[in-house]
Amino acid sequence: MNRAKRPLLSRVADSVYWMARYIERAENVARFIGVNLHLQLDLPLAPAHQWQPLIDTSGDTEVFKEKRGEATEESVIQFLAFDDENPNSIYSCLRFARENARSVRETISSEMWEQINSMYLQIQLQRATPQHDALPEVLRNIRLSCHMFQGITEATMQHDEAWHFLRLGRLMERADKTSRILDVKYFILLPSPENVGTPYDDLHWAAVLKSVSGFEVYRKQRGRISPIDIVEFLVTDREFPRAIRHCMEVAGESLRAITGTPAGQLKYPSEQLMDVLRGELENVRMSAVIRTGLHEYLDGLQTKMNAIGESLNQDFFVLRPEKKLEGVQSQAQVQRSEEARA
Amino acid sequence: MLFDSYQTQGFHDEMFDAQGVPRPEARLLVETIQSLEEGQLLRSQRAAERLLLQMGITFNVYGDSAGAERIFPFDLIPRIVRADEWEWIERGLKQRIHALNAFIYDIYHDKKILKDGIIPEEVIRSAAFYRPQCEGIHPPLGVWCHITGTDLVRHSDGQIYVLEDNLRVPSGVSYVLENRDLMKRTFPSVFEGLRVRPVAEYPDKLLEMLEAIAPPGCPDTPTVVLLTPGIYNSAYFEHSYLARQMGIPLVEGRDLSVQDRTVYMQTTKGLRRVDVVYRRIDDDFMDPEAFRPDSLLGVPGLLDAYRAGNVALANAPGNGVADDKVVYAYVPKIIRYYLGEDPILQNVPTYLCWKDTERKHVLENLDKLVVKAANEAGGYGMLVGPHSTAVQREQFAQKIEANPRNYIAQPTLALSTVPTLIEDHMEGRHVDLRPYILFGKDIHVMAGGLTRVALRKGSLVVNSSQGGGSKDTWVLSDSGKAVAS
Repeated sequence: MNRAKRPLLSRVADSVYWMARYIERAENVARFIGVNLHLQLDLPLAPAHQWQPLIDTSGDTEVFKEKRGEATEESVIQFLAFDDENPNSIYSCLRFARENARSVRETISSEMWEQINSMYLQIQLQRATPQHDALPEVLRNIRLSCHMFQGITEATMQHDEAWHFLRLGRLMERADKTSRILDVKYFILLPSPENVGTPYDDLHWAAVLKSVSGFEVYRKQRGRISPIDIVEFLVTDREFPRAIRHCMEVAGESLRAITGTPAGQLKYPSEQLMDVLRGELENVRMSAVIRTGLHEYLDGLQTKMNAIGESLNQDFFVLRPEKKLEGVQSQAQVQRSEEARA
Repeated sequence: MLFDSYQTQGFHDEMFDAQGVPRPEARLLVETIQSLEEGQLLRSQRAAERLLLQMGITFNVYGDSAGAERIFPFDLIPRIVRADEWEWIERGLKQRIHALNAFIYDIYHDKKILKDGIIPEEVIRSAAFYRPQCEGIHPPLGVWCHITGTDLVRHSDGQIYVLEDNLRVPSGVSYVLENRDLMKRTFPSVFEGLRVRPVAEYPDKLLEMLEAIAPPGCPDTPTVVLLTPGIYNSAYFEHSYLARQMGIPLVEGRDLSVQDRTVYMQTTKGLRRVDVVYRRIDDDFMDPEAFRPDSLLGVPGLLDAYRAGNVALANAPGNGVADDKVVYAYVPKIIRYYLGEDPILQNVPTYLCWKDTERKHVLENLDKLVVKAANEAGGYGMLVGPHSTAVQREQFAQKIEANPRNYIAQPTLALSTVPTLIEDHMEGRHVDLRPYILFGKDIHVMAGGLTRVALRKGSLVVNSSQGGGSKDTWVLSDSGKAVAS
């Protein structure tokens, strides 16, 4: 029997969206650490200089300072990869992704759940038995596992409304991470992006590209390492999967599929905000960006993306307003009852 | 080899007779197991456990640190039930459910059984799960116990007894379905040879039942949802599993709201009406307006919408009145009263501590009896006399004296055993059996059910919270003889 198209629960949409964001976040943190480990082999600089930017990329500078103090290789890797008190560590991201996945197991495919579950069991094991030499391999495996999750998602999940929310979450997170890594590298390395880079700067900028798997594509398209070209590539390229514009284009497609709004119209506030940002990314001129300042520009981008995220929340996820706070508590409230049996 | 040292130790063993000869229905399985390469069974067992963990087929342990999930231990050696015996069990279960349903209806309407003096009114009024809020409610089709998980045990006399009825929110059926999947992978040839009756149709039957109880006037395919307390509930895996198998939304209390005595769920496109709720939340937590006001899990106004006939609830709130272990003692009388028949399935003899003479007997024989709190489940609030210490017995004696209404006692049953893989050989472990019974337009009994096994040597407590595990249950479709393979 063919059942009527099933409506999607707001809570389920919310969980699927965040599940995807957390997986993407875990992958990005693994990328950042991995590239830095690699870079270190080429650079004679003081360690602190090199590891602090990673913390800044994740946006947890204050928390880190309070908890760990100085940024050394070990403290940064522990904090970013395994710390359960850092909500953005790979471990925490996989835990949250799994928790979200667990609450929507009836919506995602069994294969997706099993992949997330085994990623979580894996990192739990690595966290319990840390081995420094194995770290590059561990990080590589996390990246591959995340890719496998994306592949499993494409191949086994119905491309329905929930899938579009999942894709939306993945792309919003990816765009955010690309903007952050650009911002931090800019801040640390190049107060004036028009400066011709020293060889070390070149290595750093190449590392930026590598951290988003963009080195090879960039070389093919633009050739020489040039900070302005790299920024332009990562912000405005339409076809590179981790470029901000690409992310927003595809996110926009998913949003339209979710709302069902006819072409040429914009019904929801989130659609309007997304549309404005897409227009800006299409028409942006790098010379103008440099004039206003790259940091200011990227800051503005992040503010706009955050506004879209908040708007998605309002348009689709918000539950009965008076119950909003209780949701968190209700998960901790357990009933001991017949359910305890089995 | 595996069975070489196997002893039935004076218990009724489901696979071997008292002389240690395989029962006819178990012969093919015993032969198959004997023919396995050495270590093969143990490897299969380990593989099954890994698979369970990887698939996240786990339950949460209360009181354990946050996020502690365990697999429900699974043993590969199944329990086999002959076709003729099953046919008899099925008839007995249907009879019992019919009678209990009539009883619950009566309790919330005319109370004839109380007026006729069959059960003292005081017993009902003091039953913890009696819900005055449910007085006068007419559930769709007049059904109060939609899903029942009756616990059956076999004593050393070979006789099957009903231990508990579990009418409220019985769990465990997902393990039956998953166990079967694992077993088919492990023993495919035995399945062909023995004609084991399938259990896989359960989710279909469940959905069929839930759609059948939809309130009159709702669309052809009513909107059915499964209401869960959330991911921290011990049975959460089962909730999501059943929702997935039935293709229905899994909702939490915060997804639902009631307006104009009608239930809605919050979707990305606004509110959608809900017709049937398979709720896996206890009465107490279901609706803070009707029951416990401090519940954060429930849906305010749900009971009112149900009373108005705008939504169906399975199981019906209030049906736990028949789960009270004092009421249990009256079930044979309940069957005779409403159906005019003798019970097919026997009750375990039960002493009611609120009766002075019976309490005296209980207190004098605490070391021989099993004492249970009338309103507890999950193996909580229980004393197994022969396995207890003098201090524990003294504590229970005090509890009984303080609140006699809340305690019953039963003889300690020597539960039957099934061979269980312990390290590299077989040992007998005690089992019970929980079949699942669905009641919508008519009654459907699942062929088999959850065989729970007390994995600790000598233990009689099969609950997962107390070191229990599970086995697959094979109900044969033939007259009990193994088909030539």
